[in-house]
Amino acid sequence: MNDAINLSRMRDAAFTAEVEAQSGQNVSTCYQCGNCTAGCPAGFVYDRQVNQIMRGVQLGLKDEVLNSRSIWMCLSCSTCSLRCPNNIDVAAVMETLRHMARKEGRVAVPKVEKFWFSFLDTVRAFGRTYEIGTMALYMMRSLRLFTDLDLAPEALKKKKLGFRPHVIPGGADAVARIMQRYKERAKREGVRP
Amino acid sequence: MRIGVFICHCGSNIGGTVDCAKVAEIARGFPDVVYADDPMYTCAEPGQAAIEAAIHEHRLDGVVVASCTPRMHEPTFRRTVERAGLNRYMFEMANIREHVSWIGRDKEANTNKAAELVRLAVEKLRNNKPLAAKSFDVTKKVLVIGGGVAGIQAALDCADGGVPVILVEREATIGGKMAKLDKTFPTVDCSACILGPKMVDVAQHPNITLYAYSEVEDISGYVGNFTVKIRKRATYVDWSKCTGCGACTEKCPSKKTPDAFNEFTGPTTAITIAFPQAIPKKAVINAAHCRQFVKGKCGVCAKICPTGAISYDMQDEIVTEEVGSIVAATGYDLMDWTVYEEYGGGRYPDVITSLQYERIMSASGPTGGHIVRPSDGREPQKVVFIQCVGSRDRSVGRPYCSGFCCMYTAKQAVLTKDHIPNSQSYVFYMDIRAPGKMYDEFTRRAVEEYGTEYIRGRVSSIYPDGNGQYVVMGVDTLLGEPVEIRADLVVLAVGIEASKGSPQLAEKLRISYDHYGFFMESHVKLKPVETNTAGVFLAGVCQGAKDIPASVAQGSAAAAKVLALFARDKLESDPQIAQVDIRRCVNCGKCIRCCPFGAIKEVEIRGEGKAQVIETVCQGCGLCTATCPQGAIQLSHATDNQILAEVNALCQC
Repeated sequence: MNDAINLSRMRDAAFTAEVEAQSGQNVSTCYQCGNCTAGCPAGFVYDRQVNQIMRGVQLGLKDEVLNSRSIWMCLSCSTCSLRCPNNIDVAAVMETLRHMARKEGRVAVPKVEKFWFSFLDTVRAFGRTYEIGTMALYMMRSLRLFTDLDLAPEALKKKKLGFRPHVIPGGADAVARIMQRYKERAKREGVRP
Repeated sequence: MRIGVFICHCGSNIGGTVDCAKVAEIARGFPDVVYADDPMYTCAEPGQAAIEAAIHEHRLDGVVVASCTPRMHEPTFRRTVERAGLNRYMFEMANIREHVSWIGRDKEANTNKAAELVRLAVEKLRNNKPLAAKSFDVTKKVLVIGGGVAGIQAALDCADGGVPVILVEREATIGGKMAKLDKTFPTVDCSACILGPKMVDVAQHPNITLYAYSEVEDISGYVGNFTVKIRKRATYVDWSKCTGCGACTEKCPSKKTPDAFNEFTGPTTAITIAFPQAIPKKAVINAAHCRQFVKGKCGVCAKICPTGAISYDMQDEIVTEEVGSIVAATGYDLMDWTVYEEYGGGRYPDVITSLQYERIMSASGPTGGHIVRPSDGREPQKVVFIQCVGSRDRSVGRPYCSGFCCMYTAKQAVLTKDHIPNSQSYVFYMDIRAPGKMYDEFTRRAVEEYGTEYIRGRVSSIYPDGNGQYVVMGVDTLLGEPVEIRADLVVLAVGIEASKGSPQLAEKLRISYDHYGFFMESHVKLKPVETNTAGVFLAGVCQGAKDIPASVAQGSAAAAKVLALFARDKLESDPQIAQVDIRRCVNCGKCIRCCPFGAIKEVEIRGEGKAQVIETVCQGCGLCTATCPQGAIQLSHATDNQILAEVNALCQC
């Protein structure tokens, strides 16, 4: 016996339909030319290439797709969407897959999620991004205390890193309210915030 | 009146969702219906025989068939009733397949709707009158528009069949795209060697009149009697004197003129003969680049010409020809691939189109048949071919397959290896479409014998690496990995589009064209050469992507249609035309102005101006009947009374 993917058993048409509905894309128009993969700048750290993710969605292979590292390593640069000859917003499909994976509580690359939260926490606090705060939070959460520390002197020299956050008068509260509203909605709908 | 009704089952096409027996039963209750039946296949021989038998047995004077679309079988059944002695216009058709059974599954609703449509047809038939066709003369002469291989074939076949041919070609020479090719697949025989003799035949055939460097300006008339105005563009060379010696092209000082025939791969002179085998082999001056026209002084060619053929003050000339039939064979153009910014958008000199590569490979091309890079003239070692550039790509509005690129790419890869034995070719492809005779074998040879590397995937971007090479970023989807190739030369298999001006020509010809400008055939399978305008036929890529063998076949097919049309001395005009009631006509002239065919003229009857329909010109479109404020024009077989009878029948319940 080989360990072929048993399509008759594993195919989940509802998953394909759900991805299409949430992303607003018709994945059946993908004819697997591979242009998304050819242009993907993050493909070298993917476990499955973009066109393979799209194929997985077409076939309804839910576990294969939602458990993949690729959807977390995606940079959302949208080169794939730009190059797609069938006008599929591939980046939107990847985004949808991340949402679906989080909803189901499976995050193949938790570090990425931790970075996002670190970023969002600083935005919530100050109304805009605060790089050193993001870094500090991420280091604590991920326990990667020396990640990219070697870049700091250079970034400081070029004034790309500020020690103090820029606070927008009144803006921080407004952004925090937006996030609070989202949090409440997420709670209502039973989504992990 | 005694009417017979036939409700066709069409196998299960109609019978599956319509209770045909019940419709026949309902039809028996309609006024004047004396007979109704529901045969399995009405169009088959037994079905037609049953109609004939019923006409005799029940002394019918009108027949209704409820079946498929009239576009399919109305002529069939008209002939059937005619064989049984009825006038062919004492027949009506109800479409209960496309309009009923194929579009709904509710059998009861379908049955009701079918019965309604039959009621409509019966009421129309009760108001029908026998109509008689008139006959008119045919001008046995054909116009072929476009002198590519399809047009050449159509012209030669018509001419061989004894029909005088007017061949109009937009460029200075016939031969079309095929004349630009170096070799042809799958036999790799020289394009000029197999096309050249045909071009010479065109020049020498006593039945062919060739207008090169000319365009069709205007077309009027109808099948059998078209009047065509042809604009002979000014060449500034008197072709009756030009011997094609080429002395002028050697001495012309404007040596940086863009060379359209060579796809702009090299410069040419302002006065040129496109290529050595050009037909007609006559010189043409490109006024936009000629010093005499641009700067007002030069005159070198006029001085050098041994026959004094140069004529700087030549003007466009309009000639009028009368023809009975027209073959459109206008071919294609490459799409504008510079929309692909990721491939450089035309800024990289060594990223070229496949047609430019043909000219570079051709012995009559700008490099004398040596494959070199346009940028530095070096021989390329690594050549990357990219297929489907502007084909199967919705994002640039070209979702269709251009049909022949897979094959010529394989051919170009083979020829590259022949020219430069230590070169390596790579082909990025999505699917290899090689369904012709010996085609798939040919693409396999490119791989197996010539070592062409086929990579399944598209190319995302191309950029110069700074050392004279280009980085081609692609993907091998079979490997599941992005791939990168350093190439010396990149050849794009650019997709095709309908040739420039196709929609405008279609409007002159009054034929349909699709979303992309390709001309529409009358029926995609059964009438691929005919158009919906009688007497106008299609050949070659103007109808849709096809390769040389298919273009030649369609050229011959179009010629066969022309010869069949001209086999008759007289044609019958359709009696379904407009008729003016002169008692009601107030001579307001609105009908004359709205008629798209110029089929209505003003005549004087007993001292009063009246509109009169020219019967052979009227196409029965009905515009004038709708426009006439007096209701003085009626369209035979679709009169107000007939239409109102149908409306009344429908509004009963």
